[in-house]
Amino acid sequence: MRPIVEVVNLAVAFPDSTRGWRRVVDGVTVALEEGEAMGVVGESGCGKTLTVLALLRLIPEPGRIVGGSVRIGGEDVLAAEERRLCWVRGAMVGLIFQEPAQALNPVRSVASQVVEAARLHGEVSVSQAHALARRLLAEVGLEDPDRIARSYPHQLSGGQRQRVLLASALAADPRVLVADEPTSALDTVSQQRMVELLQRLRESRRLSLLFVSHDLSLVGRIVDRITVLYAGETVEVAGRETLLADPKHPYTRALLETRVAIGDGPDARFPTVPGRVPRSRDWGRGCRFAPRCPYALRQCREARPALTVLERGRTVRCFLLGDAEEPVA
Amino acid sequence: MPEVGPVPILAAEGISRRYQVRGGSASRHLGVVQALERVSFELRQGEIVGVVGRSGAGKSTLARVLLGLEPADEGTVLYAGSPLQNLSRNDLQRLRRSVQIVFQDPHSSLDPRQSIGGILSEPLAVHNLVPRSRRRERCLELLSGVGLPPDEDLLGRPPRELSGGERQRVAIARAIACNPELLILDEPVSALDVSVRGQVLNLLLDLHRRTGLAMMVIAHDVRLISHLCVRVAVVAEGRIVEEGPAGQVLGRPANPVTAELLASATWLETGRQAGPAIASREPRTGS
Repeated sequence: MRPIVEVVNLAVAFPDSTRGWRRVVDGVTVALEEGEAMGVVGESGCGKTLTVLALLRLIPEPGRIVGGSVRIGGEDVLAAEERRLCWVRGAMVGLIFQEPAQALNPVRSVASQVVEAARLHGEVSVSQAHALARRLLAEVGLEDPDRIARSYPHQLSGGQRQRVLLASALAADPRVLVADEPTSALDTVSQQRMVELLQRLRESRRLSLLFVSHDLSLVGRIVDRITVLYAGETVEVAGRETLLADPKHPYTRALLETRVAIGDGPDARFPTVPGRVPRSRDWGRGCRFAPRCPYALRQCREARPALTVLERGRTVRCFLLGDAEEPVA
Repeated sequence: MPEVGPVPILAAEGISRRYQVRGGSASRHLGVVQALERVSFELRQGEIVGVVGRSGAGKSTLARVLLGLEPADEGTVLYAGSPLQNLSRNDLQRLRRSVQIVFQDPHSSLDPRQSIGGILSEPLAVHNLVPRSRRRERCLELLSGVGLPPDEDLLGRPPRELSGGERQRVAIARAIACNPELLILDEPVSALDVSVRGQVLNLLLDLHRRTGLAMMVIAHDVRLISHLCVRVAVVAEGRIVEEGPAGQVLGRPANPVTAELLASATWLETGRQAGPAIASREPRTGS
């Protein structure tokens, strides 16, 4: 069976100052199997959000998808006509973002926004839509859904707003939920509750979940597999346990080592990776992680490694790992 | 470890702060939010104090009232022992120099139209600390003090060309430009990638060791507090519900709020359920 979401070798470009196009995502490959939860992890500037937007052909002007393919539920998203695209955007995929305050309309009540989502994608009357909205608000764990329905976004806490957004994403009963940093604006208590809620919804609605975050530990709380992005490309894909216990790509290792855990006191030093994610204009012809990689060889600076299958269920983009037999993208 | 001085730099004595809530079609008066309720709190020389709590608990309001950016509805804020409202113009100016704040999001706290050099030299000019001819040199020193390359090129660049971690370093450099006694850091790393948080935390610890700078670190994540702070205050619904040495408060939490914050951070980090069951209610107010 094909994955329900399949992104292969995606490339997104924006015009640069010389009237050419510069690729800012180039080599992202992600596959989400039906019913699974896949984490997409990487730092700011690695292409996480552009990948999410490309899934639904929502790349903001003047950006363009210039390479690769996106298939969702068998539909070729990049070639789809407007009507099919609408179907993909609502009925197939529900989307929630990091900052619910920006995704909700401040001058409209919660009810009208959730109802709108329900009516846009299903043939339901206004009163049915209102009943559905109330049901959805209760389903996402909001106490007193009637009061919440009458509220405006500014009257809610961050955690409540994120749940409202989730309710409207679920209004058209999608098969896939894409959550882009859904907890980054929340405190740790709300983060835990949101992750637990997503876990429950996954089971009760048989959702496939694409969970995007810079926080590898957090992602580890919910997903089955993890895709690691670096500088606009996929660098490693593996099952959660495998990846967290035995990361192969030097970047994945670095991400794991730099986590800030509960400490023993004020004398700690935090492990860090020198340097930063390169901007696309600074990508060389070699491996994009090579300038920060403690193991880089000459080869790494001269050619770009392909994403290759290292062992069953694990792909890595690194010259140092195995004599990769089988390029996947 | 630097000495902890006897007279607090800033002290809150029983301060309360209320907000009127308006809404609906004609901005009707809907009620009052008690953001702070009779809070007493001290910030002493050379000490790193954590203020931890959930969103909307009143942490940022406490910082704003301590700085005099918002008035207290009850109680007094003392700066070096004198009430803020009695301070002379000169004393206020001194407060504005000696207590600095770093905000969560360096995207919005740095002026996008200014260069890094402009951002760093502004406090030097406002407080008349360094003659114009030496400002460039001082800016370069500040950059290297926060672990950024001290080159002219960087001084000429706008904030948008820097990464989030670099921008937060610039915000810290600006805050220490006028040699403050106290730095208030409101969620200093929560807008940053997990992978660069450590770099900023290392920088803060280095600064503290080098200069003995006192700090008040506001965070919702106890992971951060447990690393940086000697003393910690836990805030919930506008009150300090627990306060003491960080090891004790976070090691054997006496208040359910502290236990809940610890349990969630532990779970997020390790997946282990710890401490008491967590209620599923969301707090009422926004941050």
